[in-house]
Amino acid sequence: MKKYLLKRVAMAIVTIWAVITITFILMHSVPGDPFRQESKMPKVVYENLLRKYGLDRPLSEQYIIYLGKIIRGDFGDSMKSRVETVNDMIRRGFPVSAFIGLEALLIAIIFGPALGAIAALNQNKWPDYISMIIAIIGVSVPSFIMGTVFIQFLARNISWLPIGGWGSFAHSILPSLALALMPLAQLARYMRSSMLEVLGQDYIKTAKSKGISNATVVLRHAVRNAILPVVSILGTVATNLIAGSFVIEKIFGIPGLGMFFITSINNRDYPLIMGTTIFYAIILVVMLLIVDIAYMLIDPRIKLTKEGR
Amino acid sequence: MKKYLVLVLAMLMVLSFALSACVPKAPGETPGEATPALGAEPKILRTNNAFEPGSLDPALAQGTHDSWVLDHTFEGLTKKDVDGKIVMGMAKEYKLADDDVTYTFILRDDIKWSNGDPVTAYDFEFAWKRALDKDLASDYAYQLYYLKGGEAYNTGTGSVDDVGVKAIDEKTLEVVLESPTAYFLELTSFYTYYPVNKKVVEANPDWAKNADTHVSNGPFKMTGWEHNATITLAKNDNYYNSSAVKLDGIEFTILNDENTAWQKYLGGEYDFLTPLPQAVVAQLKNEGNPELVIGGELSVYYYNLYNKMEPFNNAKIRKALALTLDRQTICDKIAQGGQLPAEGVVPFGMLDENGKEYRDGVGKLVEYNVEEGKRLFAEGLAETGFKVEDFSKFSILYNTLEAHKIIAQAAQEMWRTNLGIELQLENVDFQVKLDREKAGDYQISRAGWIGDYIDPMTFIDLWVSDGPFNDAKFNNPEYDRLVKEAKATTDQKVRMENMRKAEKILMEAMPVVPVYFYTQPYAQKPYVTGVFKPLNRYPYFIYADMNK
Amino acid sequence: MKAGFDISPELFDAAAKEDKNAEKIRRPSIRYWPDVWRRLKMNKLAMTGLLLICILGVMSFVGTKLNGFTYFEQNYSLINSHPDSVHWFGTDELGRDLFTRTWFGVRYSLFIGIMAAFIDFFIGVLYGGIAGISGRRIDSVMMRIAEVIYSIPYLLVVILISVVFSQAGQGSSMFVLIFSLSLTSWVPMAILVRGQVLQLKESEYSLASESLGADKGWILKKHIIPNTLGPILVNVTLEIPRAIFAEATLGFIGLGLQAPKSSLGTLANSGLAGLPVGNSYQLFIPAIFISLIMFAFNVLGDGLRDALDPRLRK
Repeated sequence: MKKYLLKRVAMAIVTIWAVITITFILMHSVPGDPFRQESKMPKVVYENLLRKYGLDRPLSEQYIIYLGKIIRGDFGDSMKSRVETVNDMIRRGFPVSAFIGLEALLIAIIFGPALGAIAALNQNKWPDYISMIIAIIGVSVPSFIMGTVFIQFLARNISWLPIGGWGSFAHSILPSLALALMPLAQLARYMRSSMLEVLGQDYIKTAKSKGISNATVVLRHAVRNAILPVVSILGTVATNLIAGSFVIEKIFGIPGLGMFFITSINNRDYPLIMGTTIFYAIILVVMLLIVDIAYMLIDPRIKLTKEGR
Repeated sequence: MKKYLVLVLAMLMVLSFALSACVPKAPGETPGEATPALGAEPKILRTNNAFEPGSLDPALAQGTHDSWVLDHTFEGLTKKDVDGKIVMGMAKEYKLADDDVTYTFILRDDIKWSNGDPVTAYDFEFAWKRALDKDLASDYAYQLYYLKGGEAYNTGTGSVDDVGVKAIDEKTLEVVLESPTAYFLELTSFYTYYPVNKKVVEANPDWAKNADTHVSNGPFKMTGWEHNATITLAKNDNYYNSSAVKLDGIEFTILNDENTAWQKYLGGEYDFLTPLPQAVVAQLKNEGNPELVIGGELSVYYYNLYNKMEPFNNAKIRKALALTLDRQTICDKIAQGGQLPAEGVVPFGMLDENGKEYRDGVGKLVEYNVEEGKRLFAEGLAETGFKVEDFSKFSILYNTLEAHKIIAQAAQEMWRTNLGIELQLENVDFQVKLDREKAGDYQISRAGWIGDYIDPMTFIDLWVSDGPFNDAKFNNPEYDRLVKEAKATTDQKVRMENMRKAEKILMEAMPVVPVYFYTQPYAQKPYVTGVFKPLNRYPYFIYADMNK
Repeated sequence: MKAGFDISPELFDAAAKEDKNAEKIRRPSIRYWPDVWRRLKMNKLAMTGLLLICILGVMSFVGTKLNGFTYFEQNYSLINSHPDSVHWFGTDELGRDLFTRTWFGVRYSLFIGIMAAFIDFFIGVLYGGIAGISGRRIDSVMMRIAEVIYSIPYLLVVILISVVFSQAGQGSSMFVLIFSLSLTSWVPMAILVRGQVLQLKESEYSLASESLGADKGWILKKHIIPNTLGPILVNVTLEIPRAIFAEATLGFIGLGLQAPKSSLGTLANSGLAGLPVGNSYQLFIPAIFISLIMFAFNVLGDGLRDALDPRLRK
């Protein structure tokens, strides 16, 4: 187990290095730069800016300097903000995004699989239809429409719900709800699908024929086995939620990390692009690792490592 | 079952760890920080600034989202009054020597920084030289190139001692310009010319990054800055004219979705709001809602034509495109924000040598005329050997934004119905557009220009042959000569006459197709009074009041 | 050599072909698909979905020609006019007929969604399947590569692709869009397939097959892929709406289908502006169509899943 973990961590570092390198090459091959604007800025001022941020050096040199910084945990200065460093921005934005993301994740994890299980246990009966219609509504409306409609029809009419902005728990309710709908529906459908599959397995029939109560069968055997494929998508779902959503954060005016993913690229704010990407990659890698371990714990049949058993 | 437990525990641990690490900041406690008048409800004007400022240091600020806050917290040698006229600010008087380039400013006696320090001429000298320092790499350093030796110092070829600004004593500032500049007093009201507190800045280079260390000399001071969320200003009691300031404070939220901001305004969470969603402006205008004010703006929206490329190197083709674009319809039916059809490249609102509207002196230089346009187009096609079908290879390039998309679709359709050409549309991200314009890799592209100062020159000199924003690559020696001559004198008659001639040359050759002159619509609640909007600035709340 | 055992050369002859296959177990699959179809037909909800998809598909070609307007002609005297007997879905901010534009939107959205889902399915199953079946080392490397691809900022890639292809000429915008939509979205599919394969690889019937001498490809083809079809199909039916969504969201950022063409996403995005000023039909009509498409694919996907699963046979 230990050895396996060590190996995974080493591999994660290689993964992140690859992400850094590819992103670095990509972002410098996209046309444009952080300083050009619709303005009469003379060449000299432009060159002063390039020099200040080291963009006048050869790319290979910039790359090595950047790697050096990353090793020291320094994401560098934003090229668009003279106020905050990239580290500051992430430190400030991530908790906000993560808070909303976790709230959404909790909603999705609690209601999604439950909905799916209910649907599967009542296949082709009305609870199945109702659950699936709820799930379908969840995946039917894009978040930018959902968010706008929430603001127009809920926030405007319910006095204790603020209309966008950030500050209190009340501010987080609508955005996390809007964010949760999609993964909730996704989890519900996966759960239904894999639960149906499990319910058809022989061991369930065996268990039932042994006279074990229905509830026990469902809880001990069906749910436990059905949740496997669900867990497998949880990693990416969670990462996307926690890293923040551009659409939701823009619509609700939330000072999170999600905004940076788009604005940094639109601004060609190179250090911020790299910072958010690396940060995202780290969360993703960690989440996938957790999922793998969870897999191992739930399903003893999976041999991730021989030494581990 | 044990493994279950382990899993659940592990998940819980991850969750709780993450949650505990990220409890968001307590609800915005900031509004209370402004000091209210005793007993009375504090008058805090709440509004929205669409983007987080890139800096609140006057030397480093680079856009309206920065300058809107700076214009309330700082004041230059001169300032804009309610009518938009230039009046004395930190200076009480000035003298211009006979050489037309040496200004001597005498500062007021009663001026202090928000921390109590006196504002001195040394602060101005320090601030301007600092903004020109190439190591500071200010985006707007070139606004100070009017100073003698300013450009040389910023380029690294000249010395800081040769820059034409010098404090003679605490109250006297001597400024020497590179060449006579008719609108220099206008420039000294611009934010790059604002002073900074020398003592504070030298002691702490990061002074402008936090509300606690931010020191300013204007009607308000910054008391809170939660990044990407809110900026709070409170009345600055050290301001010499603080008795005229009725508000106790201003609260800017930072929220960039126009629709959400509008909902907040409707819901009573803002007292004032700009910009407004386009559809909302149209609706308010149609119903004659008194909360809507259409503020003037010093800005033109136009399409570049790439003059170096066939068939756009043909003046008749270019003119035909300009004549067959129905600007009135674009303004009235599509943009619907009170924009004015661009009858030239210089917007309304600037005065000529006789104190009259500059535009009245030049008249309408381009009008909607389909017949004439068709005729010119046919001639142009004959001259260049191009066919109507060839135009479907060309595209209108615009940067990704809903408003540009609508205008581009209308232009495409107008040119299709009027000239029979089927241009493509191509939207790209802003930086890509700028890159392709610079590289000449386009045929028609959307552009806009906001005047830096109130003088037609800020528009006219865009199209000198070596102009940094002359992406149409217009090249006309006579035009260049007229502009150069106008720039070398303060004689308004010569200047204005030259600029009128230049604009006529430009609209004869039509290197660009003007579309409309922008406006800045804003909404204010009925109890808000005293807001005024200088032509090229965001609305000012300095003398605003709220009578709820 | 002693006598007693008479080893003749004939004993070492190669076995006949039919003997070689004697131990292979193959279920006749002739009656499988008709059976699936029979069971699908019994599922009313699924059939509703299928019918809906067919109607939407046909209408996306017929509907654009029904009321005599084009998707690009503008009428400035009829801007933002509400639905009436002339413009059945009203007009947009340029006075264009929304009925025609909506059906064009349905056509482009369906096309984009189906193409992108197909690419995802193809790459995802191939990649995930290979990773799952290939043993620990290759699996691990492949999954790390997938992680890298998934971590690279999507928008950066989209911008780069659109820049590269804009040199290649116009009209490529749809292709660029589909290409960029499926660039990273196959990764979750691959991860899902790999997870399933890992699980099934250890299952009794795979082990049995392996011990009977079947090679990996055979196990993949005959045991693992059919058994992972359920979750994969669910994922594919979700992938179509997801791609339609992704296109809509790109539209929200401004990188959707090139105007004046319309997809449901760009229509809904433009319609957002109408919401606060009482023109909510501009948002809700495309939103309803998006929902209808989602609904149809979702119920069909569920029905298919149930029908394909032999263990659910009643």
